[in-house]
Amino acid sequence: MPDSKKTFQLDDREVPFREGQTIFDAAMAAGIFIPHLCHNPDFEPHSSCRLCTVIVNGRPFASCTQPAVAGQMVQSNTPELRDMRRMLTQMLFVEGNHNCPGCIKSGHCRLQATAYELGIPDNHYQQFFPLREVDASHPGIILDRDRCILCGLCVRISRSVDKKNVFAMTGRGIDTTIVVDSPSGLLVDSTVSVDDQAVLNCPVGALMLKRMAFDVPFGDRTYDQALYSEDSVARFQATEANRHG
Amino acid sequence: MSPFLETAANPRSLRRVVIEPVTRVEGHGKVTLLLDDEGRVRQARLHIVEFRGFEKFIQGRPYWEVPVLVQRLCGICPVSHHLAAGKAVDMLVGARRLTPTAEKLRRLLHAGQIVQSHALHFFHLASPDLLFGFDSERDRRNIVGVIGAEPELARKGVLLRKYGQEVIRHITGKRVHGKAVVPGGMNKELTQSARDEMRRGIGEIIGWSREAVAIGRRLFESSEQSAQFAVFPSNYMGLVAPNGESDLYDGVLRAKDAAGKIIFDQVDYTKYNRFLREEVKPWTYMKFPFIVSLGEEEGWYRVGPLARLNVADRLGTPLAEAERQAFRAAAGGGMQHATLAYHWARLIEMLHAAERIERLLDDPDILGADLVTSGERAFEGVGVVEAPRGTLFHHYKVDENDLVVRANLIVSTTHNNQAMNESVRSVAARYLDGKELTEGLLNHIEVAIRAYDPCLSCATHALGRMPLQVELVDAGGSVISRMVKGSDGRVTDGEG
Ligand code: SF4
Ligand code: NI
Repeated sequence: MPDSKKTFQLDDREVPFREGQTIFDAAMAAGIFIPHLCHNPDFEPHSSCRLCTVIVNGRPFASCTQPAVAGQMVQSNTPELRDMRRMLTQMLFVEGNHNCPGCIKSGHCRLQATAYELGIPDNHYQQFFPLREVDASHPGIILDRDRCILCGLCVRISRSVDKKNVFAMTGRGIDTTIVVDSPSGLLVDSTVSVDDQAVLNCPVGALMLKRMAFDVPFGDRTYDQALYSEDSVARFQATEANRHG
Repeated sequence: MSPFLETAANPRSLRRVVIEPVTRVEGHGKVTLLLDDEGRVRQARLHIVEFRGFEKFIQGRPYWEVPVLVQRLCGICPVSHHLAAGKAVDMLVGARRLTPTAEKLRRLLHAGQIVQSHALHFFHLASPDLLFGFDSERDRRNIVGVIGAEPELARKGVLLRKYGQEVIRHITGKRVHGKAVVPGGMNKELTQSARDEMRRGIGEIIGWSREAVAIGRRLFESSEQSAQFAVFPSNYMGLVAPNGESDLYDGVLRAKDAAGKIIFDQVDYTKYNRFLREEVKPWTYMKFPFIVSLGEEEGWYRVGPLARLNVADRLGTPLAEAERQAFRAAAGGGMQHATLAYHWARLIEMLHAAERIERLLDDPDILGADLVTSGERAFEGVGVVEAPRGTLFHHYKVDENDLVVRANLIVSTTHNNQAMNESVRSVAARYLDGKELTEGLLNHIEVAIRAYDPCLSCATHALGRMPLQVELVDAGGSVISRMVKGSDGRVTDGEG
């Protein structure tokens, strides 16, 4: 049980936390959503997308890795931070080739859902149109690098959960890309399989099972049912209850 | 076929002006009229900027995305592309025969699309010309004019279209760019309440469609223009059921010549490219399909409502079939060659689609839950539907990794390409007075093109009302007259 005496200030609320808990986890447990893309609360945090940045005592930190400290003053829902999150999300859109209407993940995609929820009307910046490769070599899995946001989740999950190390990131800046650990560099020659958690937890339409088609009709898709923030907080609290309940 | 079309003794001596690949104003229809030494119209060329990025866009994508990706080709007929691509993809997953529910839901979706598209075309685009005459004032020749003069008619037109859109929405989840078709079937059952809602409205829709047919018939039969305006013999092609009945969703290909004689019949549509080929011409990106056995010169044909009523033996619903008989009787029982008869034919099809909707809604299968099937994997798929504007082919080849390596589409507007040129030529030859273009002539040309309901959007990937530019070119190759009609209907000399 959280020690009810230990709290910090998040925007205009007192948020309780357990020793060692991150600001992100404490906020979500209290029902306060902090936008995030590279983080999935089911797995270890990474603090690379910077969407979850908050201001702690005047300085920016990634809330997904920053431990909560009693009495600290944290700001998250400010106009400046909202602008910054919008900008970061728009950059992700222009750095890849995201064609939401034609994407199977549409309606289930966290990038798209984040954009909607942050009120992003368009990409704003000039598209990069990078040339990236699709790896469809595996009979059951497709890696569409056009849609990869380089969140690194597949890398981390494959290593720590699947215990396989199928994925890695190479290159710098706009040339950064996901590579597959196999002699040919192709999925088909790797140890990946269709039940790998790494494959099932890509937040966007980059790493997916094949032949998923558009089998979930409008209205029934993940983010037709609930806002990303609501869905995310609800999942978080359910997982928390399982772990600590 | 017309002796004047592209058959001047030596077309090269017709010294045409070189047309730039059109002013890059997308969706801009441009017409060049070429005169001979006597100042008669020898050729007409309709230039449309074709959207050519499509193959690139689809290549390298996994096949299961295709039915949704192709909807982006067109904001006007996305449902037709969704269905045609869906049928092609069914073949890839070996779904030779869909479940009864999936097939009927697709047919219902298609019929909804026919109603909405035909209603839109007739009431919004065509009826102002037909009601008020091609030469009437510009300000009147639009839907607002129709609402003023015929409020009841305009109201029903709007509601007919809306009904069709509702059918689409119930099945795909959205009025435009919904998603319903998945490889081997459909993604959603129809709810009982949606079925009941559509069922309640259909009686009125059939009634209004009958009234619309009566109007279409009256306008055609009472107008002196009908028998003279762009009337020319041609071949016709369309999809029919194997028993010869009209079928807009599935069947075999049939083509007839101008006398009504069968050119081919019972053709498996997946083998279409043995019977149809596409010719490329130097002055346009649009291709010119032709019937292989007749050759490039003679083999062009028309598709769409007029063609379908000319090739089918009958319509499978009683009210529409009675109208079809009247339609064919008006042509002396033979083939109807009048371009303006497209409108009348379109309305008969709207009635037919409305009757089909009623039948499908009463079929218990429509509420079934068995939606998807599959079979042995294939690497090539062809899908065809009779879209509102005519036959629509989608053809894909995929590799062993499920990615599209080749895509080929033939849209209705492309099938009708030569026919539209011929219509313009015929109208210009008749109504061109001297060497000056007039607003009246421009209007007539526009009416001739519009009869085909060309989807410039499909062909060019642009939306909106068609701006039109017409140029008159003499035998010496000089532009002697030019007029531009903007999307607002305003006519200028095109100089700014
Ligand atoms: S493939 Fe998916 S999970 Fe992996 S880095 Fe890219 S977006 Fe993240
Ligand atoms: Ni179209």
